[in-house]
Amino acid sequence: MTTNYQLKRADFIFKSENDWEEILSKNISRPPQELINELISSELKGRGGAGFPTGLKWKVCAEAVNDIKYVICNADEGEPGTFKDREILSKVPFKVLTAIAICGHVTGAKEGYIYLRGEYFFLQQELNKAISEFEYYCKEINFDFTIRIFMGSGAYICGEETALFESMEGKRGEPRNKPPFPSTSGYMGKPTVINNVETLAHTYTIFKYGSKRFYDLGVQYSRGSKLFSVSGDTPKPGIYELELGMSLADFVDEFGDDDTKAVQVGGASGFLVPRKKFNETNIGFQGKLTGISLPTGGSMMLFNSSRSMYNVLDNYLKFFAEESCGQCTPCRVGCQQLMRGIKAIKRGEKNAQYLDKLLKLTETMQYTAKCGLGQSVANSFSSIVENFREEMIY
Amino acid sequence: MMKPITELIKDLADQYGRNRHNLLPILQGVVEQEKYLSEYSMIEIARELDLPAAEVFGTATFYSFLEYKKMGRNIIRICKTITCSMKGENQVLLAIQEMLKIGVGETTPDGNFTLLQTNCLGFCHKAPAMLINNDVYNELTPEKVREILSIYLNKKREEVANDN
Repeated sequence: MTTNYQLKRADFIFKSENDWEEILSKNISRPPQELINELISSELKGRGGAGFPTGLKWKVCAEAVNDIKYVICNADEGEPGTFKDREILSKVPFKVLTAIAICGHVTGAKEGYIYLRGEYFFLQQELNKAISEFEYYCKEINFDFTIRIFMGSGAYICGEETALFESMEGKRGEPRNKPPFPSTSGYMGKPTVINNVETLAHTYTIFKYGSKRFYDLGVQYSRGSKLFSVSGDTPKPGIYELELGMSLADFVDEFGDDDTKAVQVGGASGFLVPRKKFNETNIGFQGKLTGISLPTGGSMMLFNSSRSMYNVLDNYLKFFAEESCGQCTPCRVGCQQLMRGIKAIKRGEKNAQYLDKLLKLTETMQYTAKCGLGQSVANSFSSIVENFREEMIY
Repeated sequence: MMKPITELIKDLADQYGRNRHNLLPILQGVVEQEKYLSEYSMIEIARELDLPAAEVFGTATFYSFLEYKKMGRNIIRICKTITCSMKGENQVLLAIQEMLKIGVGETTPDGNFTLLQTNCLGFCHKAPAMLINNDVYNELTPEKVREILSIYLNKKREEVANDN
């Protein structure tokens, strides 16, 4: 099979933010509907991993009738293998602040929050400095908007939007049932736009250059560029902005160490793709006509032939078992059982067919778990077990 | 300067407010000074915010950075998630254990260090990584981590010398 798409570098996110004052003042004088249309025609989808259309999110919140609304920037970057949001917040914070404020103008929100993970405490001071400068300018142009940082305290699950609201409300970070969705009932039960750091940074690009410039990047259903956090067995780990839609084969050509055995796309909650499927796998959102298309929050972890996939899976399962909020049974008990299960098979206490039972269990978790954490354990589990079955047993 | 705990809690409540949604910043404020939440401070926070103590305990124990057991002055959190684990986390951990003579979850007898493992710190491209309190150290090797710890140990010695 031939690849039809080459790796294309892009350079928008980390481009200078010196024009933020101009971008802010220009865009808050545009009618909200115009800005929403701009976002919708750009086809920007959420960059945290779930890929919900950003324009639609803003639209629903803008249409909700309520005196109090909120804009929240989700900076609880906890997915194993991602580290791009920290880089955005430390290099181009004003882009994110500007985008939050423009979103406030569009939706009618007067308060914005950045939910910053506890592990990134060291960013707080610089970020607060930027916020002071930002708010000072807002006052100057008579734009009534405040931004506050809310610190997390070390809980992966709080990256799930409704768990994040619970956490901000002073409770355990346990996800809520959906619906209602945040756009109508989010933080404190008020209409809330919650966007990933990178998503907000892309809206800056769109409001600066217009939607077409963004739409022209990438491929159908997966428009624009995206930051990729590259780590693992690669000679050049780091953060790269690439157009969406590339094949995994092209990606590995660029970032692999000539011995790449598999790539984990989308972190521990994503999928492991073995070498034989690099050609047919594309990086982007679902809906592509040919081949498999994998969405991602940008975490790309490469494994070479020296790595045991059993150890990789064991590491993921420990992660999930610890980070499960414990609220719903399929996830709380499921993660524990999977962890014990693969150990029992490895030690020979259970036979190889027991793996199929565990696969069934992940399927049950996928259907019955309350939130994305429990549901997505099946992704890495089944993709590792199905492709590296022998490594699980021997 | 260390404030008496009741005074600290009162100040934090004055600063952030006494509503339920102010609970996390208050818990974090106590942990910043005390390094952990004692039963006493959780009950005091509950009283100050007029919440059931069980609610405060339930919330605090959910978060891995809100410790509720006594911690050392310096908390080492070494990342054990996949990339760090692949890039030599265990060798670094062994070097720390050997140097401080403590295991994971333990505190040195002088109360200077507590050693913990944590999940992904977001430094996979510079693995292995660890936090000491709020400071990040990455691309660790056993040699490098021994140097880093020596700096903390020397700081302690200077403080002791100054006190005398």
